[in-house]
Amino acid sequence: MAAQVEPVGFYTDTTVCIGCKACEVACKEWNQLPSTNGGVNTLSGDSYDNTRALDGIHWRHVKFIEQFTEDRKDGRWLLMSDVCKHCVNAPCLEVCPTGAIVRTEFDSVVIQSDACNGCRDCISACPFGVIEVNPASGTAQKCTLCYDRLQGGLEPACSKACPTQSIQFGTIKELKGRAEKRVDQLQQMGEKRAYLYGADEKMLGGLNSFYLLVDKPEVYGLPPDPKMPTRNLKSSTWFSAFGAIVVGLMGIVNFRNRGASENAREDQP
Amino acid sequence: MNTVLSSTFFSAPPDWGWLIVFYFFFGGLAGGCYFLAVLIDFFGRPEDRALARLGYYIALPALVISGLLLTLDLTRPERFWHMLIQSKTYQPIFKPWSPMSLGSWALLIFGIFSLLSFLSALSEDGRLQRPAARSLRPPGLLGSVVAVIGGLFGFYVAGYTGVLLAVTNRPIWSDTPLLGMLFVVSAASISAALMILLAQKSGRSMPSVNALHRLDTWVVALEFVVLIAVMISLGPVFRAWLNAWGLLLFFGVIVLGMLLPLALYWRRQWFGDLNVTAAAASVLAGGFILRLVIVFSAQGV
Repeated sequence: MAAQVEPVGFYTDTTVCIGCKACEVACKEWNQLPSTNGGVNTLSGDSYDNTRALDGIHWRHVKFIEQFTEDRKDGRWLLMSDVCKHCVNAPCLEVCPTGAIVRTEFDSVVIQSDACNGCRDCISACPFGVIEVNPASGTAQKCTLCYDRLQGGLEPACSKACPTQSIQFGTIKELKGRAEKRVDQLQQMGEKRAYLYGADEKMLGGLNSFYLLVDKPEVYGLPPDPKMPTRNLKSSTWFSAFGAIVVGLMGIVNFRNRGASENAREDQP
Repeated sequence: MNTVLSSTFFSAPPDWGWLIVFYFFFGGLAGGCYFLAVLIDFFGRPEDRALARLGYYIALPALVISGLLLTLDLTRPERFWHMLIQSKTYQPIFKPWSPMSLGSWALLIFGIFSLLSFLSALSEDGRLQRPAARSLRPPGLLGSVVAVIGGLFGFYVAGYTGVLLAVTNRPIWSDTPLLGMLFVVSAASISAALMILLAQKSGRSMPSVNALHRLDTWVVALEFVVLIAVMISLGPVFRAWLNAWGLLLFFGVIVLGMLLPLALYWRRQWFGDLNVTAAAASVLAGGFILRLVIVFSAQGV
C-alpha cells in the first residue's frame, strides 16, 4: 500500500465549458474504453449530447442542458462535464460486498475490476447514477481518477485535455481556494447564481470532484441532497425485527390456542 | 423534472430483474417455512410434526434455488465466492453494515442449519437410515439449539432483502424504512400458504393445517396494514406508483393477495372445501406480485 498523499480531485467550472467533449475522448483513449457499445452507435436524436449518461463505457459525460423559451428567441446552454464525484463518504464503497471498491492513497474511489463480481449493489447505491456495468468486462466500472496516471505522477487524461480549464485537477485544498475566488469573481460580475456544489463537507463528507454551477443542482441532473444508503439501515432492521416478533407471537398464540380449542372439540373454526 | 420528489430519483437502476424477483420469492419461502416449522416443533402437538417436516422439506430446496438465482444474476457468476472470500488475499470479507455482505453470510449459515433440519426430517420419516439425525430437531437440547439458531437466520434471510433495498439510493426502495418488515410478514404469509397447499396435496392427515390457515389469515391482515404503512411512509414519492405498477399493486397484491383470502376465510360457504386452497393460492400469487412490483417499479423511474 502506497503512502497516503494529500487528497486530490477535480474542480469543474461549468461556466467555461464549451462542450467540445475533449475530456470524453481523452478518457476513452487513455482507459481504452470502446467508442461504441459493441458496435452499436446510438444517437439521441434530440440533442448534441449523444452520450446521454455516465455508464460502464462512458466515464466522462458532457451534459448539454438547453434552457430555451418556447419560441427559442431567448435561451442559454448550460454545459457540464460530469464524472464520478469520488465522495469522501462514498455510498458505493460502503455497500460493496466483495471489497472490490476501495479508497486509494489519493483519496479517490476505485473499483478493482478483477475483484468485482457484478452484483450491481453499487449502481443502486450511487446517488449520482455514475456506475454501470461495462459489457466488455462484465463488471461495474466508472472513473478511476486515472489511478494509473496518478501513480506515474501524471494528471488525469480529461483535465489534461480540457482546453478551457473547465476541468481542473489538483489538491482539494488548492482547488477549493481557486473555486471560491472564481465564485466571488462571478458574483462581482453580476452572475449572482454562481455557487459551489459538493465543495464542503456537508455533502457526503465532501465531493472530491466538485462543481461551480449557475442553476439549481437538479437542472444539471444532480441530486440536491444526496445521502448515504446506510441512513436506512438501523430503522429498517428494527422494523423488520419488530415484524418478525409480531409474526412469531401470532404463531405461538395461534398454535397454543389450537391446542386449547381442540381439547374443547372446537378445532373447526 | 420540475419538482424534485426525492434526491433518490438521480440514481441509476441496477437492472435487478426476474431472477431477483424469483429470489425474493424463494428466499422468503425458505426462511418463512423454516420459521413456521420451528414454531410448530416448539408449540404444536406431536401429531403436528408431519407439518413441521413439510416446512423443513421446503426450506432447503427453496434455499438452494435462491443461491442459484443469486449466482446467475451476477454479471460474473463464476466470482460468486467473492461475496465471502476476498479474491486477492483469500481472507474472509464481512461488512455488517452492507446488507448484501451480511446476507451472503446469512444464506451460507442458514443453508447449513436448513440442511441439518432437512436431514432430521428425512430420518424421522424413515427415508434416511441415520437415527442420530433425529436429534437435530426439537424437543432435545441439540435439536432445540439448531431450531432456534436456524429459525433466527431463516427470518433474517426472509427480511434482509427488504433492508437491502432500503440501503440504496433508489426511489421507493430507499424512501421507506418499512420494506424489510413488509418482506418478513409477507414471507410468513406465503410460506404458510405453500405449506397449506402441499399438506393438502400430500393427502396425509395433518390436523394443524386449519390452524395454519387461521395464522395465515392473521398474517395477511398484518401484511395489509404494513403495506398501507409503506405507502404512507413514502410521502410524495408515492406518486411513483401512480401508474401501471400501482394498478398491479392494487389488484394483484391488495385485492388478489390480501382482500380475497381474507374474504374467503370469513365466507366459508363460497367454495366449500376448496376455500382453504383458493385462499392459499391467492396469498402465494399476491406475494409473488408484491415482489415483482417492488423490484420493477423502482427501476422504471
